[in-house]
Amino acid sequence: MLLQHEVSAVGHPLAGTVAEWLWLLPLLPLLGFVINGLLSLVPATVLGPGDPDIAHGAEGAHGEAGHGVAVHAHDSADDHGAHGDDHHRVVRHRFAWLTSIVGPAVLAVAFGLAVAIFLAMRGVGEMSAPFVQRYFSWMPAGSLRIDAAFQLDQLSMVMILVITGVGTLIHLFSVGYMQDDPGYPRYFAYLNLFVAFMLVLVLGASYPVLFVGWEGVGLCSYLLIGFWFSEKANADAGKKAFIVNRIGDFGLLIAMFLLFANLGALDFVGVNEAATRLTFGGPLVTAICLFMFLGCTGKSAQIPLYIWLPDAMAGPTPVSALIHAATMVTAGVYLIARSSVLFSMAPVAGLTVTVIGALTAIFAATIGLKQWDIKKVLAYSTVSQLGYMFIGVGSGAYVAGIFHLVTHAFFKALLFLGSGSVIFAMHAAYHHTGSHEDAQDMRNMGGLSRYMRVTWVLMWIATLAIAGVPFFAGFFSKDEILGSVFLRARESTLADASWLGIPGSSVLYAAYALGLAAALLTAIYMTRMMLYTFHGPNRTGEKERDHLGEAPWIMTGPLVVLGVLSLFGGWLNLPALTSFLGPVGALDRWLEPVVGESARRVTSGVAPEPAHNVELALVGSAVAIALLGIIIAAVRLKPARLVPKAQAPEEHGIERVLANKYYVDEAYDRVVVEPTVGISRGVLWKGIDQGIIDSVFVNGSARLARGVASLGSWIQSGQVGTYAWVLVIGVLAVLGAFTIR
Amino acid sequence: MLAEAIFFSAVLFTIGVIGVLTRRNAIIIFMCVELMLNAVNLSFVAFARAYGVAGQIFVFFVMTVAAAEAAVGLAIIIALFRHKQTVNLQNINLLRG
Repeated sequence: MLLQHEVSAVGHPLAGTVAEWLWLLPLLPLLGFVINGLLSLVPATVLGPGDPDIAHGAEGAHGEAGHGVAVHAHDSADDHGAHGDDHHRVVRHRFAWLTSIVGPAVLAVAFGLAVAIFLAMRGVGEMSAPFVQRYFSWMPAGSLRIDAAFQLDQLSMVMILVITGVGTLIHLFSVGYMQDDPGYPRYFAYLNLFVAFMLVLVLGASYPVLFVGWEGVGLCSYLLIGFWFSEKANADAGKKAFIVNRIGDFGLLIAMFLLFANLGALDFVGVNEAATRLTFGGPLVTAICLFMFLGCTGKSAQIPLYIWLPDAMAGPTPVSALIHAATMVTAGVYLIARSSVLFSMAPVAGLTVTVIGALTAIFAATIGLKQWDIKKVLAYSTVSQLGYMFIGVGSGAYVAGIFHLVTHAFFKALLFLGSGSVIFAMHAAYHHTGSHEDAQDMRNMGGLSRYMRVTWVLMWIATLAIAGVPFFAGFFSKDEILGSVFLRARESTLADASWLGIPGSSVLYAAYALGLAAALLTAIYMTRMMLYTFHGPNRTGEKERDHLGEAPWIMTGPLVVLGVLSLFGGWLNLPALTSFLGPVGALDRWLEPVVGESARRVTSGVAPEPAHNVELALVGSAVAIALLGIIIAAVRLKPARLVPKAQAPEEHGIERVLANKYYVDEAYDRVVVEPTVGISRGVLWKGIDQGIIDSVFVNGSARLARGVASLGSWIQSGQVGTYAWVLVIGVLAVLGAFTIR
Repeated sequence: MLAEAIFFSAVLFTIGVIGVLTRRNAIIIFMCVELMLNAVNLSFVAFARAYGVAGQIFVFFVMTVAAAEAAVGLAIIIALFRHKQTVNLQNINLLRG
């Protein structure tokens, strides 16, 4: 890479600055992946200090030496995930100490570099063109010329800071959370690889390079969801995520083919330039955007492909925080913001994105109301919040979408890590008593605020942030999304277009209404989660209660940082209404060179400035909704009446439907999986494969050869007399033919 | 004169062919082959009267080849008989696949 290093952006303001070290960003985590990957190949594990059961542990170590990979044996089958590992022994990897250093360190250095590049970007001031670095020609084929190139602009800068920043915190948390897992180096290898691919995704200067990262993070997601693969449910969840994502990737690939076939370019600079020459709202640009959005629905878990994300909670909790909340699942939002020129040219596609986003937001929020698994609540909350981001980017409020992406990364990572801390405590408590209760079920928690003060306070901060309570991070970003949808419903190219015969304006108003409703539900289910987890009486169990306690500082430290970010993340992009708090619209100005033109195309050239009273009304209603949700939850829910999971009564009616996630998985199973399996078995296997290919072509050709051969063998009797007869008949036939003619 | 000679040649040839096709004994078949060769010789000689001496030259060649063939053929038949104790071709089907 270095040898062919050929910088083309000479003359760019960033040339010659620290931004030249751009390529090092993904390379650092990749280095971590190599080191940790090599360590994970060292098979033997040793007992951690203070393990009571030496014979047991030695047996486990022996089994792993035999397999050569860190597979840990299970001694309980009913474990629902929290660590997923065994309860009764501590098997620590021999090189855990090295992994603990390397894993977070590469990320920390990458974050430092990202900050340095950010400062360099701030230093050069106005930067209208992206800083592109070409390394080598990757796919030169005819008129197709794809370079392995990275590009740095304001949008990728935001993403890089989030990925490396939040990534570093989550890596640190993982040190505490995963240390006693025999697969510890393997875990960090995957996690580092994920960050490397995620950085490739946001740094790629063309769709194919982005796609490499896109697929790479999908791979790492698969590997980490199925991290505890010795349990079939976890391995299945990994497969589900992988397969569902392939459907989306097919859409993204088609979009790329269409782009190349019609625009002749695949790099962002070329596409953005050519895209403005397309027919506004024409079928071509709409098709490209819709196919691209199909890719986003897969990666970012939107209807109809959201089903993999809740199952992805089978992975370790820090993975859920990093991959399935903060970074990877937001790749779809990034892609749309990155392709904002295309999407601003296709109002119908933009409306589709908005509608899907709004539907996903409300749909997932309703499911989140009745989940008992603390991580499942957060998973559906993530799906719902991703829906919000899509409302933003779909309706042309690209900055609002990215803003929510960033704040969501803060508070959702905090929520997930907080839940990880809770699960850690629960698991440790059950571990001590050898109980096999579910450490993730909220019915087994309750009253934890007395045992884990820090986690409790920080989780409340994140909850208030996601609920949209004023002056927390989520309040500003969610408000900006809802506000921009409302304004664009009144006047924009989207409002003038029609979607499936419905005027775009009504669609956007509906999206706004759904967004508000989802905000109400968000406040309710998050408060519910907090009440059931941290308040009321404790339901963990008499003996276990004594072992509940706060997580070590390596885990609470990152939580505190994320808590601060969740508190002050909103300062990134303050609305005009709150100008007394600080500079207004910083992110707006920062992203202006990337998405400004597209955003103005959607709003017909004018920046939508709401009247003061309208803005007040919008903000007021959002705040009222958020507080209303919290109050409803606080008044209606009675944590005292809950019973532990084992004694919980069955649910009925709508509650049951919600707890079973609207039976969507079952419906997909019935509508998609079973017919596919049935057709595969009945038609493709028994019919075509066995019936036609095997019997006609394979065995048929053999039968034909045998028949022809037996005829030939019958003619070759070996009787000279017969041969003479045949000869004479032949001669006569030839002579006869000559004579008759 | 030519017509009679040709006719006689044709009759001889046909007898030879029928002999080859119908008989089982290798010696007899061999003799019938000789008969066919001589029928051809006869027509060569007959045509030589009308079209020049080339036909007679051919006849010498044919007789030479026939003599050589008789030597080789009889030797094969004797070898066959030693091997199989018969010269009946129906019992000899070594060529069968």
